[in-house]
Amino acid sequence: MQHENTHITSYRAHGVILVLLLFLTAITITVTWFDAGSLSVGVAMFVASIKASLVLLYFMHLKFDQLVFKVFAAVAFLLLAVVFIITFFDYLFR
Amino acid sequence: MTSNNSALHPGSYLDQQGKYKGILGWLTSTDHKRIGILYLMCILVFFLVGVTLGGVMKLELLRPGEQYIDAQTYNGFFTVHGVIMIFMVVIPGLAAVFGNFFLPIMIGAKDVAFPRLNLFSWYIYLVGSGIAVLSQFGGNGAPDTGWTFYAPYSIDSNTNVTTAVLAAFVLGFSSILTGLNFIVTIHRMRAKGMTWFKMPLFPWSLYATAWIQVLATPIVGITLLMVIAERTFRIGFFDPSLGGDPILYQHLFWIYSHPAVYIMILPAMGVVTEIIPTFCQRKVFGYQAIVLSSLAIAGVGYLVWGHHMFTSGMSDFSRMAFSFLTFVVAIPSAIKVFNWIATMYKGSIRINTTFLYTLSFVFQFMIGGLTGLTLGSLATNIHVHDTYYVVAHFHYIVFGGMGFAFFAAIHYWFPKMFGRMYNEKLGKIGWAIVFSGFTLLYFPMFVLGLQGMPRRYFDYLPEYSVGHFISSIGGFVLIFGIIIMVFNLIRSARKGELAPANPWDGKTLEWTIASPPPLENFDNDVVVTEHPYDYK
Repeated sequence: MQHENTHITSYRAHGVILVLLLFLTAITITVTWFDAGSLSVGVAMFVASIKASLVLLYFMHLKFDQLVFKVFAAVAFLLLAVVFIITFFDYLFR
Repeated sequence: MTSNNSALHPGSYLDQQGKYKGILGWLTSTDHKRIGILYLMCILVFFLVGVTLGGVMKLELLRPGEQYIDAQTYNGFFTVHGVIMIFMVVIPGLAAVFGNFFLPIMIGAKDVAFPRLNLFSWYIYLVGSGIAVLSQFGGNGAPDTGWTFYAPYSIDSNTNVTTAVLAAFVLGFSSILTGLNFIVTIHRMRAKGMTWFKMPLFPWSLYATAWIQVLATPIVGITLLMVIAERTFRIGFFDPSLGGDPILYQHLFWIYSHPAVYIMILPAMGVVTEIIPTFCQRKVFGYQAIVLSSLAIAGVGYLVWGHHMFTSGMSDFSRMAFSFLTFVVAIPSAIKVFNWIATMYKGSIRINTTFLYTLSFVFQFMIGGLTGLTLGSLATNIHVHDTYYVVAHFHYIVFGGMGFAFFAAIHYWFPKMFGRMYNEKLGKIGWAIVFSGFTLLYFPMFVLGLQGMPRRYFDYLPEYSVGHFISSIGGFVLIFGIIIMVFNLIRSARKGELAPANPWDGKTLEWTIASPPPLENFDNDVVVTEHPYDYK
């Protein structure tokens, strides 16, 4: 937040992340063409997690931020993951 | 009220001389205390609307058969009652009113971390509330799904479900921003010397609550958007006829809405934990246990949502897991009750209106909590699911818990907020009627539920007549008591005896400044050296 700590990411890095995000989106769409049962949800969630992580790390500058913010974000992510896992347990055992 | 008080309290926040005067001065003020009062006024109005709707329902249920409103109108009434009470009264309730007013003062700060965002949150709350009110009129009539908007009913209903859902979505933003503001305020703006474990317990409860607000509310936001998308574009998320899964809706809805119960009750527990040491003049028993139990309730409470879905067709494994977790969350709640009672033990207890509401909270919260275990147990849940037993349990927690804590808080902090004392005699009379009315209204519902009376019905079989009659009478008594309480507070705010800075001999920072507080709370930077509850 303070001026001396500001990190400026290059256009090139932003561009690379953008291409990566588009590539991962293509994977998400491709997966929907195949009926892999419950595995397709797993793949979609995995790809979505990578995309969200990239956005958080580079576009939202979490990679260059203080440890405390990284911990907060990680805890939020972990909680969300636990919530998803508990929900999907219902589907697996139903 | 304001002009009267400001003349008597020059330099107080009531006498704020900003860019604008009068009502515009209030609407543009970023002072946390004024914003707290703005929330208080709105919540009071919405609460009275919700009470009126509840009163009409009790009137309808006084005798079997159709009396004053038909079945569809009754559906609309209980939905609107639920939406108003949940999203506009109890969720913002204590945090938005007393959190805004007292959090910065209790941690020795001059304001919250983001004052403009704070005012913006109030405006979002107003917009959301406006949309909610709009949903009751026009179009195809008030939504009739109940406040839970269960799919596929909320997908198929022709009533104003989309508008009501949009209102809940917008109100969620206000909740998130307030939570965010409080987290940053507590992390960054505590006075010098106020370490985490020297922080009073009401701010601690707000901290735990704020995390739930920030982490859980987005989930219901997305879920409600999915309902709107499904209603508007027929995308099959939840409706089986479109390829969706209605149980997924229930998962997503309760992932937020169960933690929302803790958004309501955690600040209530914080308020009670402030009041009991003050009126017992005794150091709070087990400070760290109370802090950790707040965090444990926030953490474990996030993972128990499935106990609302035991009869919905969820897997047996999930039902057992959620039942187990429900019993686990009872432990930190019970720790708090133990700490409150242990704090009172051998204390110099002063029984006044504030303390009577506080004792009522503990009593009713225990009944609500223990009956929650009946519902958390798989076998008994099936027997009482969707009966009046659930309605009684829920109201014992939300009204008997959060509502009574709100009443306790408004009496406790009334001298600080308005610079005047309330009338003690009238306050006690009001409490006696409110408590009696509450018990008469809700306790028979436990019996009705065990007998099999289903919830959300506008009519009933003759064998339920006695229970409904007693309950309705209780409802009218409760409304009468609330009128006396509100009358006493409004009258006292105008004509009450002037309040000293510390009328209750409290130890936390709000009692070290004038009543009502000056604009920026403290003349000098605060340095904290003592524990907040250092009574002899």
